[in-house]
Amino acid sequence: MLNGLLSKAFKKSIWVYHANSGGCNGCDIEVLNVLTPYYDVERFGIKLVGSPRHADVMLCQGPASRPTAKALRRAYEAMPAPKLVFAIGSCACGGGIWYDTYNVIGSIDKIIPVDFYIPGCPPRPEAIVFGVAVALGVVDKKVAPVRFKQLEFPIARYHPQDLVEEDGMLVYSKMDHI
Amino acid sequence: MLKLSKLKEAIICLKAGKVTLPYPAGPAPVPSGFRGRPVFDPDLCIGCGGCANNCPAREILISDVCQEIRIIRYSGQRCTYCGRCADLCPEKAITISHEFETATNSIEDLRQEIEVFMGTCQRCGRCFKNENPLNDLILKGYRADDLAANRWVHTSRSFLGEGDFGDLKIELD
Repeated sequence: MLNGLLSKAFKKSIWVYHANSGGCNGCDIEVLNVLTPYYDVERFGIKLVGSPRHADVMLCQGPASRPTAKALRRAYEAMPAPKLVFAIGSCACGGGIWYDTYNVIGSIDKIIPVDFYIPGCPPRPEAIVFGVAVALGVVDKKVAPVRFKQLEFPIARYHPQDLVEEDGMLVYSKMDHI
Repeated sequence: MLKLSKLKEAIICLKAGKVTLPYPAGPAPVPSGFRGRPVFDPDLCIGCGGCANNCPAREILISDVCQEIRIIRYSGQRCTYCGRCADLCPEKAITISHEFETATNSIEDLRQEIEVFMGTCQRCGRCFKNENPLNDLILKGYRADDLAANRWVHTSRSFLGEGDFGDLKIELD
């Protein structure tokens, strides 16, 4: 449903607003790299604007820190609907390495609703382009949660009842499993 | 003079030719030293917990359900892809892949969880040797990280009864 809505709402050019709420500038540089002639996203109509009031998409870098959380929320509220929020980098996705320090609240989804996550520290420009493509429904996402469970105990447990007598010696019968 | 400099610029632009990379249409090869998403191999993992103890972002949580089952959870949110876990792993169960196309609409998609059986020492139940006595003090025996809240629990502090700090509250309005 969201994809259908997105393809209707963002049929033409997407204007992005670039909000840094306390990152280290690494992700900023990667975002600007996307706009350079090498990764030229302006051919897809993506354009950087200076005000959240003109923007369709907010690209967020950096964790939500105590001084900037309020400003981030205000910038989000200033954007006209329909709006999308991208969390770019590990700080925006999960709070970064310093997620538990005194002035870092954590990931930005504690402050504003986030639609798409692009992890990486910093993510490659290709990864950001891929994230935009996922958001527009051009390609499918490539990650899924993984869960493995060992069903069988790999090593035979030592039990006294497995001791058997062979040729007058006490031998552990599951010796070859150990 | 101005017109001449414009002409110079045009010549430079023509000389450069087409520089745009064909990424969304074509493949984007990464350099050989590139560190992407770590991939955990459950067949090789012995559950030593070295990756969890040395992760700078405390991204790998360990929870001992009982004496012989240990859950290791990597929840890729704030991973900086430093590759320390792969360097440390004694069994080479963690490999740093070249995978970078990890954009997703739900952060739980990045999670990798392994549930392994632990071999126990016949005498003491569990024998773990840390590098130095200080590490012995910090991480002793069982680990019980909070998997529901996705939070590392400092063993010595939780033992003293001051482990739960709660989230910071901030006034937004």
